[in-house]
Amino acid sequence: MIAVAGSTGAASAAPPAGVPAIEVRQLCKTFGTNEVLKGIDFHVDQGEVVCVIGPSGSGKSTLLRCVNRLEEPTTGTIIVEGVDITDSETDLDKVRTRIGMVFQQFNLFPHLSVLQNLTLAQRRAKRRGKKEAEEVARRNLAKVGLAEKVDAFPAQLSGGQQQRVAIARALSMDPDMMLFDEPTSALDPELVGDVLEVMKQLAREGMTMMVVTHEMGFAREVGDRVVFMDGGVVVEQGKPEDVLGNPQHERTKGFLSKVL
Amino acid sequence: MKRSTRRRLIQGALYAVFAVIVLAIIVAADWQAIRTNFFDLEVAAAAFPEIITVAAKNTVLYTAIAFAGGLLLGLIFALMKLSPVLPYRWLATAYIELFRGLPALLVIFAFAFAVPIAFQWRPPGGSAGAGLIALIIVSSAYIAETIRAGIEAVPKGQVEAARSLGMNPAWTMVSVVLPQAFRIITPPLTNELVILIKDTSLLFIAGMALGDRELTTFARDSLTSQANATPLVLAALMYLVITLPLTQLVAKLERHNKRGR
Repeated sequence: MIAVAGSTGAASAAPPAGVPAIEVRQLCKTFGTNEVLKGIDFHVDQGEVVCVIGPSGSGKSTLLRCVNRLEEPTTGTIIVEGVDITDSETDLDKVRTRIGMVFQQFNLFPHLSVLQNLTLAQRRAKRRGKKEAEEVARRNLAKVGLAEKVDAFPAQLSGGQQQRVAIARALSMDPDMMLFDEPTSALDPELVGDVLEVMKQLAREGMTMMVVTHEMGFAREVGDRVVFMDGGVVVEQGKPEDVLGNPQHERTKGFLSKVL
Repeated sequence: MKRSTRRRLIQGALYAVFAVIVLAIIVAADWQAIRTNFFDLEVAAAAFPEIITVAAKNTVLYTAIAFAGGLLLGLIFALMKLSPVLPYRWLATAYIELFRGLPALLVIFAFAFAVPIAFQWRPPGGSAGAGLIALIIVSSAYIAETIRAGIEAVPKGQVEAARSLGMNPAWTMVSVVLPQAFRIITPPLTNELVILIKDTSLLFIAGMALGDRELTTFARDSLTSQANATPLVLAALMYLVITLPLTQLVAKLERHNKRGR
């Protein structure tokens, strides 16, 4: 533990308090002629859990993917821990090691064992030694309750287990924040609970989280703030009990009446 | 007539047709001529041990060199074809289209005779070396397209996952994309290898020194000197001895690799 803290703490020095973890200004994104994001202003504070909800095609996944520039913004500014990542001078790979990302389709590396999935980027991107990387990997596997699966291959795991491994893989980079892109949408209903439980535990530990989700129960219970998007704009946001319990906007009401 | 009876009758008829064809071939063949021309034991004995120590050895050696070189060069051109730099893409496309469009025989001929004249440069290893360079170039053009297809068949999410973890494009390619691409293209690459084994027979056009001869050249020379076709049959058997275990091995590898998917 001590060795881990010593070697990784310096690389991702915590930003000064008060600087938002994620700040998005006037973000527009078009695919061809399709305008997916129409001038989004959005932020996530340090330690905050923000759930983004909305109908499919509302642009919520695109917004999340712009935050680590898997999607190239058309115009606008994205600032992560005070660093403008839309600036071409920014070392994007370095910023990405501080932003954990979890995908709807897990995207584990199928040719590598669970342990290798967790150590690969630690070694290649963080330049950690083999021993340290494996230590970190085992610790995070235990955290998601899959310590006994170190030597398994992804194809041998259930969807829920794969997603928990994917979360452990992201955590092994010691990120300052986690992005979740509909993490339970590809899972069988009975497997959703385990994944949500891991995410709740993360939130309790104070992890900064941006979660695109259809799980209204999770948003209500865990979210510090809920953001409702529709048609490429933020329609409404606020405390979960306000947005979900007493929506002000017609479009929010219409959406919630369909999903609740 | 009952349905099952009719089916049995049809099946019986099919077996009968097959038997008649085999019989016809056996009756029509001149067994005496076949034995003396293709299975002459004395001529066969004279081919040993050179057919193994020289000819088969060289066939395997040339195939290994051409395949290794073709893989390396093919990988380079596949990456160039997928490069964001436009001139690289042009160059790779031109190379691939040119050498896939030409007969291997012609390319070998060019490297053995035209290139030395045009550039006043003798490839290392004499005629065999020149022919091998040509084989490497021809096979790399095919392999480049195979590798490119394999890279493109790796799901986009794999690259996104690697990049989101902070891995740079080069490490992403080496550690995540290429291992999966090569698994996907194991069957077509095996095909390339088997084709290459047989394409080494085209090297005869370069005019090989005695010790450089591979199976086909060796068999042709024996055919001429002995006025008997037995060496050709022997060479054919040697090719099968090389290719059959190889395809079995790769099939086994493929089954093993499925574990990881």
